[in-house]
Amino acid sequence: MTYVVKPKFHHPELPKNSLGFTHRDYEGKVSTLCAGCGHDSITAAIIEACFELSIEPHRVAKISGIGCSSKTPDYFLGNSHGFNSVHGRMPSVLTGANLANRDLIYLGVSGDGDSASIGFGQFAHCMRRGVNMTYIVENNGVYGLTKGQFSATADRGSKSKRGVVNSESAIDMVSIALQLGASFVARSFSGDKKQLVPIVKAAIEHQGAAFIDVISPCIAFNNHSGSTKSFDYVREHNEAVNYLDVMVGRAPIHVDYAPGTVELVEQHDGTTLALRKLNAEYDVHDRLAAMTFIQHHAAKGQIVTGLLYVESDAADLHGHLNTVPAPLNTLSEKELCPGSAALEKINAGLR
Amino acid sequence: MPVSSPISRINDFVVRFANVNGSGSASANELFARAVLRMGVPVSPRNIFPSNIQGLPTWYEVRITEAGHLGARGGVDMMVAMNPQTWDKDVASIEPGGYLFYDSTKPMPSSKFRANITVLGVPLTAITNSTYTDPRQRQLFKNIIYLGALSALLDMDPKVIETLIGEQYKGKEKLLSSNVHALHLGRDWALQNLKCPIGLRVQKSDKVGDRIFIEGNSAAALGAVYGGATVCAWYPITPSSSLADAFTSHCKKLRHDPATGKAKYAIVQGEDELASIGMVIGASWNGARAFTATSGPGISLMQEFIGLSYFAEIPAVIMDVQRAGPSTGMPTRTQQCDLISCAYASHGDTKHILLFPEDPHEAFDFAAQAFDLAERLQTTIFLMLDLDIGMNHRLCRPLHWDDNKQYDRGKVMTAAALEAGKDFGRYLDVDGDGISYRTYPGTHPTKGSFFTRGTSRDRYARYTEEGPAYADNMQRLLRKFETAKDLVPRPLQANAQKPTKYGVLYYGSTSPAMDEAIGMLEALGHQLDRLRIRAFPFHSSVASFVADHDFIYVVEQNRDGQLRSLVVNEIGIDPVRLVPILHYDGTPITARFIAKAIGDHQDQLKVTPLRKVVS
Repeated sequence: MTYVVKPKFHHPELPKNSLGFTHRDYEGKVSTLCAGCGHDSITAAIIEACFELSIEPHRVAKISGIGCSSKTPDYFLGNSHGFNSVHGRMPSVLTGANLANRDLIYLGVSGDGDSASIGFGQFAHCMRRGVNMTYIVENNGVYGLTKGQFSATADRGSKSKRGVVNSESAIDMVSIALQLGASFVARSFSGDKKQLVPIVKAAIEHQGAAFIDVISPCIAFNNHSGSTKSFDYVREHNEAVNYLDVMVGRAPIHVDYAPGTVELVEQHDGTTLALRKLNAEYDVHDRLAAMTFIQHHAAKGQIVTGLLYVESDAADLHGHLNTVPAPLNTLSEKELCPGSAALEKINAGLR
Repeated sequence: MPVSSPISRINDFVVRFANVNGSGSASANELFARAVLRMGVPVSPRNIFPSNIQGLPTWYEVRITEAGHLGARGGVDMMVAMNPQTWDKDVASIEPGGYLFYDSTKPMPSSKFRANITVLGVPLTAITNSTYTDPRQRQLFKNIIYLGALSALLDMDPKVIETLIGEQYKGKEKLLSSNVHALHLGRDWALQNLKCPIGLRVQKSDKVGDRIFIEGNSAAALGAVYGGATVCAWYPITPSSSLADAFTSHCKKLRHDPATGKAKYAIVQGEDELASIGMVIGASWNGARAFTATSGPGISLMQEFIGLSYFAEIPAVIMDVQRAGPSTGMPTRTQQCDLISCAYASHGDTKHILLFPEDPHEAFDFAAQAFDLAERLQTTIFLMLDLDIGMNHRLCRPLHWDDNKQYDRGKVMTAAALEAGKDFGRYLDVDGDGISYRTYPGTHPTKGSFFTRGTSRDRYARYTEEGPAYADNMQRLLRKFETAKDLVPRPLQANAQKPTKYGVLYYGSTSPAMDEAIGMLEALGHQLDRLRIRAFPFHSSVASFVADHDFIYVVEQNRDGQLRSLVVNEIGIDPVRLVPILHYDGTPITARFIAKAIGDHQDQLKVTPLRKVVS
């Protein structure tokens, strides 16, 4: 693998966010993925989202599984701890990390092989548990590092680069996430930065299990004619239901769009999302309707993108477990050890 | 059948209850064991149960042992035969001269009995049916009634049992009085109709002392509470589930903030063992003390993560309550069969740290210590329990905690150290002990972050596939393993009264049977030095113990001599000198078994000089 050191100097006039950080402070190492890979666009969107949200980079923990997508946490937020864990097991590692310290921001990065094939179970169960995280699947329908095998999100009938036609039906990650109780569900396209960046921002702000399925064409193995995850195919079949335009702070937002096309969405932590609706009937608060809408359009060969569902008063795993506000990893023997007097009492009860 | 005179023994016999599971017998049987204990006589009870909830045979064996032999003895002096399904086998298992206690409501053909035992019939069903109408009450009180009858036959103090019932049903007067009533129904019937007491008797003594009566799983869970575990992720599997359950109930009592009621712990029942160990590793990576409880099949499933813990150097504590394998094996039977699968868990070159507690007391100590070791050594620590220790009440020394003790959080570089400009290399061996400094996520805005991965990397955690950097790291991991040898619990040696060239290695739940067997072997003139191994990797004293003896018996509860393999492999000893003594039928090893097996070997080793034979 090539290893390129990124130059440290940058333009003195680079814009700064409210913490005084520039874009460069949110970057990581130089990507080793193929030139033109959709995943690099997602990396750029994550950098942009964190910059715009003025997140302290070191307060993010980025956790991934194995695969091309799972390598990307090395390419953003270089001052954050990252964990490239085990194939398909990012959700459990992230869940444990979240239990240990509820104060960090958790970014789970995974791929379609990692989350829909080998790690389908872990994906499902962390959604069920409501782990407070942003779960991004960089979905290209193919195994890149092992050279072009189908993953479980590849559509039935789509053709591999070698000409093999997929006979197995596809797993639609957003439909599954909706069914499992994820409290924030979105789909976007790596080629649509305008849609993706605000979605990532909103997901990070969301206090609960936020799932984003990002269609991210594989330039090397899944960008040919006959593929349903190629740039051309996704652009042609993308049915965007909405765009998040602004996603800031906890203050009222002024949005200058024509009335009737903008919907303000309150999140549990007080943030507000301004949703520019492209489809007037689409209701982001209706889980059932979202599922039907997605299926209906899938049958027509359309890929619905946008914020698909958000639960305004979502609860997370720490809420269910009623844990103390202080991160568990900050508790010492003083708070944790009941001491010898309590043990003597226990001994007495065992005689 | 030879005529045997009835066994006559005080405070030294085995009573076995044969029941149907789900019949409510467990609490009555446990009451019996506790009553003996309250009379000052040590007991060692064992559950022998099927992997089933209702309807299959289950046994509860109580060894009453003034001498304090807490291992299984083998053989039954009195059978309380309450299960027609296992009648023939149960009757056959009684020692000659022993006693059979049964429900005599329905007449049994004489062919169903043995001539060389004493038969004690009590019409339990008739008594219950004439007293109670509710079928559930009939079932439950029948158990208390036989307990009452036993108290008369064995000359037990009924007041002791009444006190125990009083403690159990404190505040539930109706249940209390009805249980006491049932107890006396049985007791009075026996006193009026049978010759009481029989040859087996419980006599008040003072041999229990300040010892406590606790299950190993509960003690280990309490050790995790005292050791500062805040995250427990687990998946139900016999015989470890009661460990996670116990952790939950201990935490509910001991770990809630009194002011807010909030929990200073997080327990998650995972979707499987992979998720459980994944959560443990994620939590430990993030600076919390975390553990999982599992058994052999769970260990198999966790292999990949255990390798990650070893190679990426993330602390983890796995409490393995061993059961008979391989595969599903015998889920409710005991073995020490996971040593190899834990010691060398995962693909590639790995070695892990194992702790072998002998009883609940050590299970508590070692469980707490496991978290210090995991953080000090930044790797997985296995607490090797087994079903025999974990799921049976065992009499043991009271649990002890030193309030001056501070947790050893290991080498963690703080924000202040980073700020002061201290060089941070995640895999840099700064102290020569093979252990590197780590940082918790979120420590410092610009310093100390690194990318954790299971792929190879250099000393500064940068990805590399360079051979020398890989080998350098693997060598450091070996140095760390060397360091571990002096940190883990040391082996305990006990020498024979006279110098001997024979030694014994043993560990874990074999301990009480081994202690008893030594007495039996000494009585036969066999002198043996003993070394009880308490951890892997082996302390240097294991090698010297082996070097000091011509032959070493390695006593363990598995088919393949797994500890013996570890000794041969890690210390490089001629295997011929290590004689395996193996017990692996799923029942706990007994002193009788050990004494016979070692005795037979010793006899074979005795060389009779040739001139004596010819002269």
